[in-house]
Amino acid sequence: MSSALLIDIGSTYTKVACFDLERAELLARSQSSTTVSKDVNLGLQQALDNIPGWQQADYRLACSSAAGGLRIAAIGLVPGLTAEAARRAALGAGSRVVKTYSYELTERDVAELEDLAADIILLAGGTDGGNQEIILHNARLLADSQVEEPILVAGNRSAADRVAELLDKGEKEFYLTENVMPELEKLNIEPARQLIRKIFLERIVKARGLDRVKELIDDVVMPTPAAVLRAAEILARGTSGEEGWGELLVVDIGGATTDIHSAAAGTPTRSGVSQRGLEEPFLKRTVEGDLGMRYCAGDLFQAVKPNRWQQLYQSLYNKELELQQLEDYVNKVCQKTEYLPESQEETELENILGREAVRLATSRHAGYIRTIYTAQGASFIQVGKDLTGIKNVIGTGGIIVHNENPELVLAGILQKNQVEEEKLTPRAPDFYLDDDYLLAAAGLLAEVEADTALRILQKYLKEIVQEEKN
Amino acid sequence: MNQNRVPTVVLGVIGADVHAIGNQILEYALDEAGIEAVNIGVMSSQQEFVEAAVETGADAIWVSSLYGHGEMDCRGLRDKCVEAGITDILLYVGGNLVIGKRSWEGVKDLFLDMGYDRAYPPGTRPQEAIDDLWQDLVEQRESKDVVSSLD
Repeated sequence: MSSALLIDIGSTYTKVACFDLERAELLARSQSSTTVSKDVNLGLQQALDNIPGWQQADYRLACSSAAGGLRIAAIGLVPGLTAEAARRAALGAGSRVVKTYSYELTERDVAELEDLAADIILLAGGTDGGNQEIILHNARLLADSQVEEPILVAGNRSAADRVAELLDKGEKEFYLTENVMPELEKLNIEPARQLIRKIFLERIVKARGLDRVKELIDDVVMPTPAAVLRAAEILARGTSGEEGWGELLVVDIGGATTDIHSAAAGTPTRSGVSQRGLEEPFLKRTVEGDLGMRYCAGDLFQAVKPNRWQQLYQSLYNKELELQQLEDYVNKVCQKTEYLPESQEETELENILGREAVRLATSRHAGYIRTIYTAQGASFIQVGKDLTGIKNVIGTGGIIVHNENPELVLAGILQKNQVEEEKLTPRAPDFYLDDDYLLAAAGLLAEVEADTALRILQKYLKEIVQEEKN
Repeated sequence: MNQNRVPTVVLGVIGADVHAIGNQILEYALDEAGIEAVNIGVMSSQQEFVEAAVETGADAIWVSSLYGHGEMDCRGLRDKCVEAGITDILLYVGGNLVIGKRSWEGVKDLFLDMGYDRAYPPGTRPQEAIDDLWQDLVEQRESKDVVSSLD
């Protein structure tokens, strides 16, 4: 029997799943606390002890988001163009974007960058043959600064030599790659994404002490969000041996962020609509740092208008919501981040928080339609992805997985539940649940056995019955 | 303009105007003339012109307006360029810029006053604007050389 051991070293828990590869079957699962601050192997060993015969596994791969995950600061020129392209490259590589800068960096920005101590600084700006002035200015400032992290240069090709010269003089560690936006609105994030992963593996894994896992297993091969994105990709597109499900969305609500992954082209579904703005990547990941169920529940509470909370509560539970009650609950869970709802009432509050986090995160991820009135009648412009036709939505994260009615929370993605009209979120998809947290595991396995990884996903993602839909 | 660089022109049709053909002809003519054409297409806003010019380091913006609302749509573009740090960029405008019977001279002055460097009436051949562009770029470089020799 050949088997694989797939490990996710998260900030709180180290989760291990063991699969029989021939039968695509989950053999065992276990988890323990992550111990990266002391020795990551203590927690890992403890989790492995509960998996019988783990030493015999053919593959022993891990992904990690421990110790803050992979943190990137992105620098570009125009906010909606190269700065956004740099952000997308960073997010696509599975990182957290700690800050995005546009135009010329100021002394103050550089001081902030020094304080942020990101893992990587991604420096973009200008199309190939376009503006050189700004990226050269920014490179000069970085060269003269105290920043110690590696600088990944992915800007105007024509300026690359001089940027390299400047950074070299400043004795900075830097890497050159292709421009994230070589032509206006053309996105080219793959080379930067690959390089970010390489730097993660060669430098950051070691700096975090994560390379010690090699005493027990093969290695940490990618950041956890990159594994989830990879799972979304194979599930949507299929592999050489297995057919996929087609375009899909993955919704992951956590304590600190809500992440949305789409594997979809997002081209207009309506006729007479022209698409505008920066090109959209097929695999797109967005992270909402102000929408989470615990650490930033306060921000989430503030992000939604009071009467909207009340209306939502009324429509779901057919009774009145005292706003104070919700606020008290939010304050409680912000302070006690391990807290789980204990009464029916608290579960209801938890559900409306989750529902709105999902709604806002999806509405920011998806595109929208703008109507322009012309002499010839109305014209339509689409900005961002059209996800209305998406057939499959997969939910994960505690609030969804441990919910008796996960569809109640997931319904936040639906177009009819959006507040603003013309948001292009899914209209009538099927809902699935990743209640064994297998997305990251399958994304890892896809590195070595993509067909089996896809079969596992197809087998273990559970469809949720939606009463409303039928 | 950088001496060794191919000049770059951002072109597009401004406002809610959907006339696409003339814009494509202009792009073709620029390509043929060995000029880098960055075509942002129809129904483009002033902001889109400015952002495209900033990222591509363009030497000129060519604005087309064919549906008669040019006066309204084109006003303020120079100010936005100044604000975005591309103060010296060449701005050309052309098409059916206004509705009604107004003398071309009057219309031209109106657009030059708005900060455009050149304005063209309907029926202008692309080559005329291309010739003007080369001339303007040479003059711009000469005046910069004068400035730098004074430093």
